[in-house]
Amino acid sequence: MKPIVILKRSLFIAALIPAAMLALCFYQDDLTANPIEFITHFTGDWAIRFLVITLSITPLRRITGWNPIIQLRRMLGLFAFFYATLHFLTWFVLDWFFDFRQMASDIVMRPFITLGMATFLMLLALAVTSTQKSIRRLGRRWTQLHRLIYVATATGLLHFWLARKTVVDQFQVVLVLAILLLGFRVWWTLRKRINAPTSAVS
Amino acid sequence: MLIRHAPDLRFSEITPKSLYLRRREFLQTAAGAAIGAAAVAVASPFAARVAAQQKGQGTAHGAKLANVKKSPLSTTGEKLTPWDDITSYNNFYEYGPYKEDPKEQAWRLKPRPWTIQVDGFVEKKGTFGFEEFTQPYALEERVYRMRCVEAWSMVIPWVGIPLKDIIATYKPTSQAKYVEFVTAFNPAQMPGQSTRLLPWPYVEGLRMDEAMNPLAILAVGLYEETLPNQDGAPIRLVVPWKYGFKGVKSIAKIRFVDYQPKNTWQVMTPNEYGFFANVNPAVDHPRWSQASERRIGNFLRTKTLPFNGYADQVASMYSGMDPKKLY
Repeated sequence: MKPIVILKRSLFIAALIPAAMLALCFYQDDLTANPIEFITHFTGDWAIRFLVITLSITPLRRITGWNPIIQLRRMLGLFAFFYATLHFLTWFVLDWFFDFRQMASDIVMRPFITLGMATFLMLLALAVTSTQKSIRRLGRRWTQLHRLIYVATATGLLHFWLARKTVVDQFQVVLVLAILLLGFRVWWTLRKRINAPTSAVS
Repeated sequence: MLIRHAPDLRFSEITPKSLYLRRREFLQTAAGAAIGAAAVAVASPFAARVAAQQKGQGTAHGAKLANVKKSPLSTTGEKLTPWDDITSYNNFYEYGPYKEDPKEQAWRLKPRPWTIQVDGFVEKKGTFGFEEFTQPYALEERVYRMRCVEAWSMVIPWVGIPLKDIIATYKPTSQAKYVEFVTAFNPAQMPGQSTRLLPWPYVEGLRMDEAMNPLAILAVGLYEETLPNQDGAPIRLVVPWKYGFKGVKSIAKIRFVDYQPKNTWQVMTPNEYGFFANVNPAVDHPRWSQASERRIGNFLRTKTLPFNGYADQVASMYSGMDPKKLY
């Protein structure tokens, strides 16, 4: 078996560990005194972590030059969507129990809910168009569409920031990583632009 | 015939009985530590919880309180929140920003000996030991709803002393318009105080008439036991018609002042938290609705009541004030 296949399969199992832990906590009745809040925070935390992990693949590929690593990107992105979906459903079903009026007014009136909802819809669009068929059909536009992950990361972080009462270490870690990973792309693009004309002249 | 039988074991090798009796605990701890180590890799909150279970001193059940009389001011007809929930889920940033932090970290606190400093516009100033401070009064059980500003709530059987009785003992002068309460400052015992989560020490305050309201108590116990550290040992404020953050914990100073105290959350986020912080379903928190709450233990939300259901006893204190300013 190729190293990338082994890595991909191991990562698939590893990415399911948080969900398994949540299930174990549920089974052991260990979801704190406020299970709905605990599940909300837990799934939200993992959604944002997987977004950042997904963003790290392209820089890792560029830095290491190991191209097969790109095969991990879709799977990791879909795990971000998986945890974001659990997070959304927790809010939709457990927190408000289909109280559509309250949810609708929250989406409109509360910026952190608005941002959370927007982030989820972006991730939904990315997940739906993540198939080989979509890549072929959308062509160049697929690349453009999937740049939405940068926006989704930013809105996701802002959503996280606004939901907290004070600065927590965990947010700072995720924020710093996200800035580094997005910064890498800016640097990479600028470098290409600067290099491109000179190579064209020569 | 003398048979020399050298003992196989030196005395020093014999496991002390106390340790032997705790062998299961040790195994659990070891297993816990192994699981904990694995969990660190994925999610640190889990490991922290395992570590906390190894300690637990000061955060588990306390001493039984004697001669606690039931109070007619108790809330009736509500199911009490279980002891485990009250003592494992709360905000107490002195121990960290997460709800499980107080239970995990509060074993560090030494609630005795404890002193309370009484200062400001008051006749009987001084620093008083906890026993001297609480001894003159009969303890009362007060069952109150507790509504957190984060929209969850509990029903808690506090044991405490009416604040008005304590205030009467120290005789504030006519210049005293407000009472300011300050939490102990001791970063070695309260690790959150070494961070910049909040400006320390935690300060809260009441207007004089609010402090004299019969519902206001200083609590020293819970379920007829001494207060566990994570719930604000040895003494804390309970004002059930206000959001939970008004209930300043582990009180070290009480000052009678002529200005409206700058309470910590108001200093921290003035557009979200005010001084009065009366429970008000009509005034939303800027980031979420205050119209309903989740009672711990219930799945569906319950409607939040004005003044947390204590309007009959407290609303008259605020007549003529703009209710929008009472958040």
